[in-house]
Amino acid sequence: MSSVAPVLAQAKAEGRAALIGYLPVGFPDHDTSIAAMVAMVENGVDIVEIGVPYSDPLMDGPVIQHAVEAALVAGARPRDTLVAAEAVAKAGAPSLLMSYWNLVDRYGVPKLAADLAAAGGSGLITPDLIPEEAGEWIEASDEHGLDRVFLVAPSSTDGRLAMTAAACRGFVYVASTMGVTGVRSQVNDAAEVLVRRTRAVTDLPLCVGLGVSNAEQAAQVAGFADGVIVGSAFVRALNEASSPAAGVRAVGELAASLAAGVRA
Amino acid sequence: MTDTSPTSARLREAVGPYFGRFGGRFVPEALVAALDELDAAFAAAQVDPAFIAELDELHRTYSGRPSILTEAPRFAEHAGGARILLKREDLNHTGSHKINNVLGQALLTKRMGKPRVIAETGAGQHGVATATAAALLGLECVVYMGEEDTRRQALNVARMRLLGAEVVPVTAGSRTLKDAINEAMRDWVTNVDTTHYLLGTVAGPHPFPTMVREFHKIIGEEAREQVLALTGRLPDVVTACVGGGSNAIGIFHAFLDDPDVQLLGLEAGGDGVETGRHASSITGGAAGVLHGNRTFILQDEDGQTIESHSISAGLDYPGVGPEHAWLAESGRARYEPVTDADAMEAFRLLCRTEGIIPAIESSHALAGALREGRRLGEGGIVLVNLSGRGDKDVDTAARWFGLVSAPDLVNSEAERVDLKEAQ
Repeated sequence: MSSVAPVLAQAKAEGRAALIGYLPVGFPDHDTSIAAMVAMVENGVDIVEIGVPYSDPLMDGPVIQHAVEAALVAGARPRDTLVAAEAVAKAGAPSLLMSYWNLVDRYGVPKLAADLAAAGGSGLITPDLIPEEAGEWIEASDEHGLDRVFLVAPSSTDGRLAMTAAACRGFVYVASTMGVTGVRSQVNDAAEVLVRRTRAVTDLPLCVGLGVSNAEQAAQVAGFADGVIVGSAFVRALNEASSPAAGVRAVGELAASLAAGVRA
Repeated sequence: MTDTSPTSARLREAVGPYFGRFGGRFVPEALVAALDELDAAFAAAQVDPAFIAELDELHRTYSGRPSILTEAPRFAEHAGGARILLKREDLNHTGSHKINNVLGQALLTKRMGKPRVIAETGAGQHGVATATAAALLGLECVVYMGEEDTRRQALNVARMRLLGAEVVPVTAGSRTLKDAINEAMRDWVTNVDTTHYLLGTVAGPHPFPTMVREFHKIIGEEAREQVLALTGRLPDVVTACVGGGSNAIGIFHAFLDDPDVQLLGLEAGGDGVETGRHASSITGGAAGVLHGNRTFILQDEDGQTIESHSISAGLDYPGVGPEHAWLAESGRARYEPVTDADAMEAFRLLCRTEGIIPAIESSHALAGALREGRRLGEGGIVLVNLSGRGDKDVDTAARWFGLVSAPDLVNSEAERVDLKEAQ
């Protein structure tokens, strides 16, 4: 087990933002998804966000919806993400699971915390869990030293920003815009405003997600955030490739390009 | 934590966010501000005489409230001699109880200064009710409906469009009600500044379960008075169908603190709970989190939602409101499945004995009333929430009973396939 904190601190010491890449396990198939995560790490992704496929992903746009649906049809299961976490750790990067809450609830919160820590995962990103509902997870993550990444949004009040950031460990996930995941042509000004507002209430690193898809946007976000989170663009790279191997190569190339972006 | 004692004198006062261990707010942070705004707007409206008067006026002059109570003696001949009383929510404007909640939330939307409402719909009843209220109050209206359901309920799609609503077919996931809710949530999180999500049942994140109940509790309040006036006493049993559970909570609420009145929710048993093809979240599900609240849901061992099955589109949902989950766990109310076949038999019986075509949803409550009446025997009184009328179900019923040759009814190749599968 290792927190993502040292990796974020290292990036900061290098005078750059960290790059966080998302892929769901099991898309287009189990082995390819894990190979693609490893390719991300080999090409400059600092932290891997491992998606746990869920039947009702209400924070996700069409690209990720389609991918997790295909992963579920192909038989992906929550426990597969532990295999992915091990592979990412072996490749030399920390990972966080991105999971809708019912899957964790069903697995058993204390059991997941124990199994995730044992697999070398760093913690959880929880898109539909707010700190007020997270009592059991806060306890389990404390016990196992796991990171807890909650989200803040442009609609969050200052009071909620402070409360949410205080419940986080590792970093705070700053949702750049009101909406769901997906590739967007430009990053909204709301992201920078929200980073500034959140900065005022916490010393934790602030990583921005939702809508970042290319090196130029990554560079732009890196100008005001501590980390840049990219998801749908990686999924699209896998989706549009002519073969699984080509998909893994495309993911690696996108990672390299984005890694250059956060260093620009 | 709310008092979970089954005979507490305060059951009617239970409000969210939690009902026992159920309820809560399992939502993206982006929606919390809107839920807080709604909570505050509702709390203020509830004690505002102007709001109360406006809603009351609409109930009387637009929906047709109070809905009447009809005794069903010829139907009751099949129920062991017990008296059966029907609360006629089917006579409301738009044909079901749904209008009660829709008018309340649409008025709240105006108060919050939002020009747009969105809604999910399965069979189309809530969508039609929402489109109706939006037309009445001048709100823009978008209804999300699973693509599968738009095909099965083409007539209701047309009704919504006639009323000026935009109907968006949802092609994600299983293309049914649960996916329509997901898509409505996605719209809401994106457009929350201008938009109210007019959720149609007593599920979802707080304050929806409490607020929707408050808008429907008039059903039970009227019925309690009407039964007392007619019979001089309270009923022995109150039955209602339960999908998400809005009509059931609406009629149960007034009786929660009458310990001698048994409350019976009838879930959609589909082909039978033992077959796995059903929509009985309480009888056949397990506690989990879906669509913003902790409740009983149909899920597999990993926590993936399992598709529900019912002949009744309005009950075809893999979750249930958190207050029902709590009433079930505490023992204050009972929940039992009714199969498609038993519901359709009760449907036929009410048509033939009383000249009332009920919604297939409500026919589950009628089937429950037959069972309870036989159990109670002579002198028993069963109050049934007849939550909707069956005009929308004529096509389904005609096929079920083989009343019309198939080509007279079907209008698409896909429906012909459905028909073959059904036979």
